[in-house]
Formats: sequence, structure tokens, C-alpha cells
Amino acid sequence: MREEIARDVERVVVNVDVNGENRDVLVPVHKTLLEVLREDLQLTGTKHGCELGECGTCTVLVDGKPELSCLLLPIQLRGRAITTIEGMADGSHMHPLQTAFAELGAAQCGYCTPGILLSARSLLEVNPRPTRDEIREALAGNLCRCTGYVKILEAIELAAGRMA
Amino acid sequence: MKVVGKPLPKVDAAAKVTGRAVYADDMLPARTLHCRILRSPHPHARIVSIDTSAARRIPGVLAVITGADLPIKFGILPVTQDERALEHEKVRYVGDPVAAVAAVEEEIAAGACDAIRVEYEVLEPVMSIEAALGTPKDERIQDYGGPNNIHKFVALEFGDLDGGFARAKHVREDVFFYQGNTHLPMEQHSAIATYVDGKLTLWSSTQVVHYVHRALSRVLELPMHRIRVIGAAHGGGFGGKTDPFAHEIIVSKLAMITGRPVKCTLTREEVFYAHRGRHPVLMWVRTGVDDEGRITAMHFRTALDGGAYGSYGVASTFYTGVLQTVTYDIPAYRFEGCRVFTNKPPCGPKRGHGTPQPRFGLELHLEKIAHDVGMDPAELKRRNFVQPYTRAVNWLRITSCGLEECTQRVLDASGYAKRERRPGHGMGFAISSYLSGAGTAIYWNDMPHSEVQIKVDRGGVTVYCGAMDIGQGSDSVLATIVAEELGLQPADVRLVTADTDTTPIDLGSYSSRVTFMAGNAALEAARKMRTLLVEAVEGSGKKYEEVTFEEASILGEARFGTLTTAGSYTPPKIAGPYKGSGVGPSPAYSYSACVVDVDADPRTGLVKVNKVWIAHDVGRAINPLLVEGQVEGSVYMGLGEALMEEQVFRKGLHKWPSMLEYKSPTFLDMTEVETFIVETVDKEGPYGAKEAGQGPLLPVPPALCAAVYDALGVWIDEIPVTPEKVIEALRRKEKGEQPRYGPPRFPAIPYPPTIKVDPPAKDMDRAATPAV
Repeated sequence: MREEIARDVERVVVNVDVNGENRDVLVPVHKTLLEVLREDLQLTGTKHGCELGECGTCTVLVDGKPELSCLLLPIQLRGRAITTIEGMADGSHMHPLQTAFAELGAAQCGYCTPGILLSARSLLEVNPRPTRDEIREALAGNLCRCTGYVKILEAIELAAGRMA
Repeated sequence: MKVVGKPLPKVDAAAKVTGRAVYADDMLPARTLHCRILRSPHPHARIVSIDTSAARRIPGVLAVITGADLPIKFGILPVTQDERALEHEKVRYVGDPVAAVAAVEEEIAAGACDAIRVEYEVLEPVMSIEAALGTPKDERIQDYGGPNNIHKFVALEFGDLDGGFARAKHVREDVFFYQGNTHLPMEQHSAIATYVDGKLTLWSSTQVVHYVHRALSRVLELPMHRIRVIGAAHGGGFGGKTDPFAHEIIVSKLAMITGRPVKCTLTREEVFYAHRGRHPVLMWVRTGVDDEGRITAMHFRTALDGGAYGSYGVASTFYTGVLQTVTYDIPAYRFEGCRVFTNKPPCGPKRGHGTPQPRFGLELHLEKIAHDVGMDPAELKRRNFVQPYTRAVNWLRITSCGLEECTQRVLDASGYAKRERRPGHGMGFAISSYLSGAGTAIYWNDMPHSEVQIKVDRGGVTVYCGAMDIGQGSDSVLATIVAEELGLQPADVRLVTADTDTTPIDLGSYSSRVTFMAGNAALEAARKMRTLLVEAVEGSGKKYEEVTFEEASILGEARFGTLTTAGSYTPPKIAGPYKGSGVGPSPAYSYSACVVDVDADPRTGLVKVNKVWIAHDVGRAINPLLVEGQVEGSVYMGLGEALMEEQVFRKGLHKWPSMLEYKSPTFLDMTEVETFIVETVDKEGPYGAKEAGQGPLLPVPPALCAAVYDALGVWIDEIPVTPEKVIEALRRKEKGEQPRYGPPRFPAIPYPPTIKVDPPAKDMDRAATPAV
């Protein structure tokens, strides 16, 4: 019964390393990383589109690799470095991908943008000058309904050029 | 111009790329309660009893409400106030809201919903247009409309239809079907309410703060001045957040009961059931053409599967018949439309609202006529294009029109006329048009449709407007226009938008109205402000261009006191002299043309889109980057509808209410798009601007089907074009049957007698305003 679960859940202290900050949170053992980031750490830059691992919206980086935060439990992540959109800029200095997305209009409603930016950052770290098809392949798990993906592809290429 | 026409970043771009934009679900004020909604598991049933006692006993539950707590009906259109926030008498689709819980944790609220006992008397569901036309087995879904489950009829005739068909050299009839599909915004609907000092505040992911405001006032029986609705940062609408929704009313009521903030964010599955998406539409069209391919008469019939409630459906029904005449010069036109109720989530407005379906049918129908008479389809269509600054036979006023230029651009760029002829490869061409805002308001009134206030002080400028930026960039349009007039950059302009307490009215982000209407209001307010500032600066013996804005602001305030101006926009009264003429008129229409290039595999039935060329007449691109974004997004959404997106039901249940199973194009599916912006500089648009957000979707599905015919010689007369349909059409072709997949017939519908309307003089507006 869900009502019993709600009352008698086991709560655990988990230690998470997010954007270089080490934090302890007391949470129900089944609480997802997505929920912990948004609700316990107020890192609401990470969005959610389905909470079933289908849309890529909640993508964060774990040790630099894109992962779906709605499918991860923080207790699995001890000692792993988590990066969210809030950790992408260097203070008020935006990452070149963020600048390129802003300049080219790659964020319309902006809801899928954090996840896409993090996926793109991970791609550029392993493949600094990807072809358009390589970008498509790397981002195929991130859905966007506004842009038709066109300006996103252009922005990633622009940022890659500037970072090279 | 200094900033208009420049590809500048959106004013909210930095907030959106850094994760700092605050969407409704990102808000969590202290002591927030979480709301979950219990929904009907039956498509059609009477509610016998609801027992919430067990739910109320669960620790952490603070309130449980049912329909008895919110009995007043509401709905977006005044003529169809047929929804309740919670139903307590009858449910009409799987997902209809029945009860709601506020609890300290979302999981407790969900558990409490499970503990609510509802006894239903199950009724026979009505799940198709054909079934809705017949006698219901148990009872009708709604207690209005009719006969049977028919909701709305439209029957209009303009000009001499019989005469037109009599002088035609060739007459053709076709039947088409456009499957329903949904908006699928990335952000699930979310709303959060507080009730403090007898004042209710609601933050919501909505496209229409004003209509939510009105619905809350009606259902909660609170005067509008005690309700404040604020549009949170918006995670995508496409028409799907254009109705007032049950959850918005429910959290408000729960906040009033508990005295605490209450939030409800729909699950993705609930978003599929909230819907209000594309109506499935069956169409029949009959057209006559003369020896030169010119249309002599057209008769268009539609049948819309509306789902369980009215929503925008009356308007949607008209929209399936009105815009045929603003692209093609049709001298005699008859339109019969019919919307039915079925036990499915209500349909409403999705990008293009009621017009992509008839555009699909019309464009393919003309394509077939061209093949019949041995003409190039693009040439036949061009011969029938409307001329700028004319009146259509159904009285719609056409102003600037870039159809010819759009067509030329895409035909040239794609090499359509000299396309490679090989089996499995094809190109298709289609055009479209869309409104730059509906010319009449949803509820009758004489007030402006948009208002803007500007305040200048402390060296800066603030713009106040009720317009809701849903990602399309309406905030950027307002900032750009004001910046242009005052000699600033858009980033210098502070914006307060979409807040019913602090901003003057704007009707909302629907019908592609914001650039045209709020843009004109901003232009008026900004020009008035500039006049004040110039007067003050010149009074000090200087010229406006010589001083900084800060100096001008100080001189202005010293001379006039607080510097505020206002502007407003009311569309011209141009509707025709007949009942029903209010749907269709717009101060200006955008125009698009596109060519789609495909490879279609006869072995697998798979259609691969190689490229789309699209030209869009936006009047004037206030920001070309944003216009391109709207055009590219429209092409994407059009391809999704054409190839894969469909909302279908099995035993009352949505077949695939998840983002994995409801297929939408990914990065890998999306093709290259080449966009051409055509600027016709409309005489009434701000700097000549017209709409860009919806029109460019419309030509994509028919152009794709025309390309499939070009490639394989089979007509796919219904979308989406799935491999199964292509293979079946090829099989029929091989067997010597009609090389076609599509609806076999149009049902017999008891349309009422048509209302006959005399057409206007074609140049009536020219006569009235000699300057044009």
C-alpha cells in the first residue's frame, strides 16, 4: 500500500558531490537523484519531462557522462561527481555552449535546454569537433519540441569551433 | 532601423541556458502542500457515489475535495461551459477528474487518491465519428447539441455554387483523414496557488493568464480583483495550455481551504489525457476547374472527432472551413462542418488550430486535379493564388500576400521543376496561410485585445504587458519594439509580463496574435513615450539624439512628473455580414510555401525526408533569428504529424500515453531545413510584421504526401504516413486497385440547410481606403 510506504519509509543520509559541493541529505531511500536535486538541494535547473527515462530532459553528468537523474538513486552515487546545469557556468561567466545557445536562439521554451547542454558538453569533452551526424547520435536521447533541433545543432557546432 | 530586423539573442536567453528561469514546478514556497487528482478509469460512466472517508483519515492529508465542492461549470468558450474541475455526476473520458487531495507529501496525496472509493455505473462508450453520428446505446455524452452525439453544425454557402460547377470542365471528389495528435510540450502542466488575506494568487504554466483568471473567478465565485494569475516561465504550449484547466481551479480551491500553498504538477500520462490537441478530421471535397485549371466552385465537408467536451471545438469546426479561401481564389464556396462528442480526452487547438487538417486535404486534392488535367501541380495552384488587398468570397479580408514570392523561392531553391526522376525519390510542393491573431475575441466585448504600459524613470524603461512568453519570444518582441522607438537595445528594457495584478490585459498566446497585437500596442505606447521625451529634451534646448537616455529620462520626469504612456490594439471590424463570420477574420494573414524531398522505400514502406525548403511571408521579421526558430519548429512538428505522431485509443484507453511510445521526431529523425524569410511589410502590422509560429507547419504534411506520390505513384490520403499504409497502397496498386490508402468514404451527416451569403465586392476595401 502506498499509504504505508509513505509513513514507514526508510530514510537514509546520503552524501552527494554536486557541482563541486559536498552535501549530506536525509531522504527516503527510494528518492531519485532528480527529486533530491530539485527538492532537497533546490537545484531546480534540472527539469523533468516524464520521470520514466524516456525524454532526456533530466540529464545530468555523473563523472562527466550524461545520465538520466530520474532513474538514479543517490545512494548509488557515493563518491561520484555530479554536474547539473547550475555547475556549467564558471560563476557568472557562461560556458561557450551556453553562450552559443543564447546567441543562436537554440533555447525557445528552454525546458529541454539544461539536459541538452549537459549532453553536448559531455560529447565535446570526448569529441571536440564532432560531425553533425555524431552530434545527432549523441543527443538522440534528448527530445525538444520547440526548435526542430536545427538551431541546437548549429549552436553546438559554433561552440565546438570556438572551444577548439 | 537599429534593432528591428537584427538577429539578437532573446531577452531571456541567459536565464534559460543557465537553469535560472523559474517554471511553475520549480516553485516551492514554505509549507507547500502537494496535490494529486483522482481520475476516471472509465470512458463513460455515471458516478453513483464517492466515499472519501478513508482518504481523509490518512496522516498528512489536509484536504480532500470532490465535485460537490466545485459545482460551477466552466469552459473556454462562452457557448460551451460544459466542464467541471471535478465531476460528481458523470465521467466522459478516461482521465476525467473526480476528486483531489492536498497532503504534506505528493506520495501521501497519491496514496489518499487510491483510498477514495468511487462507485460507477458504466455506460457504453462512443469512440468514433461514425458511432457518434448514430443513436447512442445508453445515453448521450453531453446533454446539449444533437441529434445523437453531434455537438456543432456549420453550413454556409457563398456565391453561385451550382453555376460554378456547371461551368467547370473537370470536377473531382476526394476523401481524406487527418489523425489526431497531441502537443507533447516538454514541460508537464503545473500550477501553484496561495490564498492570503482573502486574495488568491496562482502561478501557472498557461498560455492564457487572462482566461484562467476569468475561469477562476467564475468557478470560485471570487471577484476578479481578488484573484491574481501569473504566468510562470513556460515550458512549451503549442496550444496545449490554452484552456483553463481543472488542476488550476483545484489547487486554488485547496489553497483557500487549507490556507497553505498548494501545488499540482501533472504526470506525463495525465498530460496525454488533459490533451486539447489536434482534432481527428474526416474530409470530403469536391472542386470544379475550367480549361485553364482555374477553380470555378468548391464544396468542402468536415467531420471532427471532438472528444468529450467543447473546449475550443466550436471555433475549431469553423476553422476547418474558413481559410481555404485566403490562399486560393474560389468564386463559389460551400462549407459544411460537423463536430461530434466521443468518450476521449477533449480536442482543442494545436498549432494551426483546425486548419492543418483541411490544408492537408485541399493541397492534395488540388495536386490530384492537376494530375487529372495534365498540369504541373505547382502551376495549377499558382493560377489560383489570391491577390493581395482583396476580399475572399467568404468576406475574409486579405492584405499583404507573399504567396507568389514564397512559391518562387522554394521552387527555385529545391530545383523542383528539374527534380531527379528515379523510382523511390520524389518531391512535393504545398502552400498555406494562417491568421496573425483572431480578429474577434473569445467572449464578445469592445475592449482592446492587447494593452501595453511603459514607465520611464531612473534612467531606465519598463514595459508592462499581459502577453505570455511561451518560448516563442514575445517578451523579446516587446523589448525590441520599445527599444527601437526609444533608441535603446532590447536588453536595456525591463519587462513585466503575464501578471494580472501588474500588467494591462493581453488575451494570451494563441492564434499567433502576440507580435501583431501586443506589438502594435507596444509601438503606440513607445511612440507616445518618445514624443514626451523629445518634447522635454527639446524644451531644454537640446536634441533627443544628442543626449543619453538617462538624461532624457531626467529631463522628462522634471517636466512632466512620472513618465507613463499606454498603447492598445483593437483589430479592425472586418467580419462579414452573416452568423458565424467571427471565426476566420484576422488583421493579416501569413503565407508559406514548401517543398519536401523524400526517398520512399517500396520494400519497407519507410519514408525518409532528405530536405525541406520553406519560405514564409512574415510581413517583417522583427527578429529573424526568432522567425527562423518558429519556422524550423513548425516544419519539425509538421513532419512529426505527417510521419509518426498519432493519438489513438483502445477500449477507451490511450494506446500510448508516454513519450517513448507516442513517437515524436528525435535528433536522428529530423531533416535539414532551408528557411527563406519573405517580407511583404503589411500595412497594419508593427513595422509590417505578421505571424510566424503556426502557418509554416501547415504545408508540410501535404507536401510530404505529394512527394510520396511522386516517388512511388501511390496516394496516402491520411496521416501519419506509416510504413504499413505505404505498403498497403503499393499492394493495391499492384493488384490493379486504386493506388491509394485512405478513408473509403465520408459518412452521411444530417447537415442543416446551408445559409446562403452573397459574396462581397472583391475590391471593397480598396474603395473604402483609397490610400491602399
